[in-house]
Amino acid sequence: MALSLLLIYGEKSKMREILMKTRPQDLDSILENYPRRPQHLIGVLQDVQAAFNYISPEHLARICDHVGVPVTQAWSVATFYKSFSLEPRGEHSIKVCLGTTCHLKGGERLAEACERDLGIERGQTTADQRFSLDTVKCVGACAEAPVVMVDEDYLGRASISSLKKEFKRR
Amino acid sequence: MKKIKNTAGLQTLRQTLLEAQDPEMPVVRVCLGPGCLALGAEKVARAFKSAVRNKKIKARVQPLIKGTGCHGFCSQGTLVSLSPANLFYVRVKPEDVAEIVATSLEQGRTVERLLYSDNGARYRSAAEIPFYRAQQKIILKNVGIIDPLDINDALMAGGYQSLAKVLTEMSPEEVLKTVEVSGLRGRGGGGFPTGYKWRRAADNARENPGPVYVIANGEEGDPGAFMDRSIMEGDPHKVIEGMIIGAYALGANQGYLFVRHEYPLAIHHFSIALRQARNRGLLGKNILGSGFDFDLQINRGAGAYVCGEETAIIASLEGRAGEPRTRPPYPAQEGLWGRPTVINNVETWANVPHIMEKGADWYTGLGVPHSTGTKIFSLVGKVKNTGLVEVPMGISLGALVEGIGGGVPGQTHFKAVQTGGPSGGIIPYELKEIFTDYHYHPEEFIAAKKEISVDFDSMAQTGSIMGGGGMIVMDDHDCVVDVARYFLRFLEEESCGKCLPCRLGLKGMLEFLNRFARGQGSPEDIDALESLGQALVDGSLCGLGRAAPNPVLTSIRFFRDEYLAHIVDHKCPAGVCRDLISYQIDPETCNGCGLCAQECPEACITGKKKKLFTIGQEACIRCGVCQDVCPVQAVQVA
Repeated sequence: MALSLLLIYGEKSKMREILMKTRPQDLDSILENYPRRPQHLIGVLQDVQAAFNYISPEHLARICDHVGVPVTQAWSVATFYKSFSLEPRGEHSIKVCLGTTCHLKGGERLAEACERDLGIERGQTTADQRFSLDTVKCVGACAEAPVVMVDEDYLGRASISSLKKEFKRR
Repeated sequence: MKKIKNTAGLQTLRQTLLEAQDPEMPVVRVCLGPGCLALGAEKVARAFKSAVRNKKIKARVQPLIKGTGCHGFCSQGTLVSLSPANLFYVRVKPEDVAEIVATSLEQGRTVERLLYSDNGARYRSAAEIPFYRAQQKIILKNVGIIDPLDINDALMAGGYQSLAKVLTEMSPEEVLKTVEVSGLRGRGGGGFPTGYKWRRAADNARENPGPVYVIANGEEGDPGAFMDRSIMEGDPHKVIEGMIIGAYALGANQGYLFVRHEYPLAIHHFSIALRQARNRGLLGKNILGSGFDFDLQINRGAGAYVCGEETAIIASLEGRAGEPRTRPPYPAQEGLWGRPTVINNVETWANVPHIMEKGADWYTGLGVPHSTGTKIFSLVGKVKNTGLVEVPMGISLGALVEGIGGGVPGQTHFKAVQTGGPSGGIIPYELKEIFTDYHYHPEEFIAAKKEISVDFDSMAQTGSIMGGGGMIVMDDHDCVVDVARYFLRFLEEESCGKCLPCRLGLKGMLEFLNRFARGQGSPEDIDALESLGQALVDGSLCGLGRAAPNPVLTSIRFFRDEYLAHIVDHKCPAGVCRDLISYQIDPETCNGCGLCAQECPEACITGKKKKLFTIGQEACIRCGVCQDVCPVQAVQVA
């Protein structure tokens, strides 16, 4: 209850803090949570991704040892699913939604404008490690298309100028 | 939180909770659904909280501020409803909160300007608004009303009553029979009879004793759809209850909630709901003293569209890459860990408690024969009232888009409706009127309306599918070639690559469409594209590939002229395809503000302030920025 109240009543930073506390920050404590079975591969990878923003080769090897799968298999899983990154990501994540509705309402133009403004292509991270730009396939807020997610915030009816402002603010 | 020991305990607790409610107590419900969140609903909820906390309010009792799931009327967000005054405020901004508190909560009056108004009429309560009036909310009944994070709220609204009934009054066989008779069909898109699926799994488990699993498919990957998201976020207990009932019928002791990772709030709400249900004794060992054990676990999808396919979900749950496999054997025969498994969509599970509560006969009375019950649609795109609607199956397409949706702004009618996501098709407006001529299906309800009936079988007749419920309305400024190309690009990226027809076929099809969009190709290419599409339909391994050509095939069938316009005339009639258009500044409208020149990334717009600006066509990359930033809509497509 406490967590949700914090979310609703806006003390987001506090909520993040609590989430971070409950979310283990080093690899050992992540691994401890999972029995040594191959079925937990995806769960471990997700936790590592969340804690470190990416999955380093060292971590991948340790994870394989723990759950008991060959590195090739972990590699195939980590590259198959889109939520995993094998490279470090930026401090803020920008996800331009390219669901059907957002596409019709100019999502592609927004994505291009972000690319121009940040000087990177989608999938890349700015040199100062501040922003990572991605396109996603529908965040499920179609009624307010076009939508861009900056970190955990949804920006509905987004425009090029509102996005530029948002980048400056962060 | 005390554990409930038996069904009598559940009733006592509910009574106690209800009696403790003060009917005079003001309750402010702030919609925290996906649409409203994108419009800053969080800030509105925060403003209410601080207004109350600062004791600026002199009401007799302190109002309760509740964050709820989606109210559905997303285009009017942020939505705030007040009870017991029964007021419904739309487009609420944080700065309006003080006025609502002062006027409505303290003085009991209405803030007229925040009421929904349309065509000169003002509506005080949600129930009066045409958008809601035409709906029949069953699955969404509690969504937007209850606080999804408080199990007591769900219990007061009748949550887990069906479970109590099932555990005390019904045998597993009776539950199964009821689902079969209800005619419930899978809400994820396939429309497979749920009862039949359950029966197969139960039979297989009997022949081959061992564990059985139930899974909720919350990998709502179809772009343009957020039905499941709203259920999971707004009333997670309904899904959990449905799954416990299903598990009881099938003899399963373990279930999985498979939720896509793009829905962090749904995952969060589920995890709280699971914890509260466990603490209350509604999940876990010896549920409500019945001796039946069942528990649930959340699995986050890791980001793959193909994981909406049931065998891919199983692969993912087992820790592998989400590649589908051939069926048979179906999951009901050999599913998770090789055991009989029932995978149903989130919305399907949420139907189950209602069927148990009111009976199969009641359920078959909703909707039309062969497509019973209600269906939730996300009505989005170029339509006036965007949002989430729940209607009985068999409603006419016109009633849905033009009635509830309010039609297309600035146009007499819609151009087409895209249904079923990337597996679906594009249904043109014209079909809406002539379709009944070659309709094979029960005439009594179709003939009366003379329109496409929105149900599983009628939609399939158009070459599209009803799908999960995404309904994207297109107007004259949307190009069907571009939309078909969009879906192909989507699927080409999402194809898991296991089977050849899908992996290479989609690439080939996309190649055709890329050329069409540039105005290249020949009319014969359209036929070749159709035949390649058919090869995918016939040869692909799973539903993704088999249904992938649908958007292309339906768009060719109904909009061949538009394809020809691209190929033969080198024109994009909708003004979308970049290589076939140019931007012009209308000298009549241009006010000379110079914003376009300032924002143009190629710096190819020239002019003097307060004079006419012009676009240098040579350097123009047709990015459309000038059109987006122009405050007077002077930039037009030629």
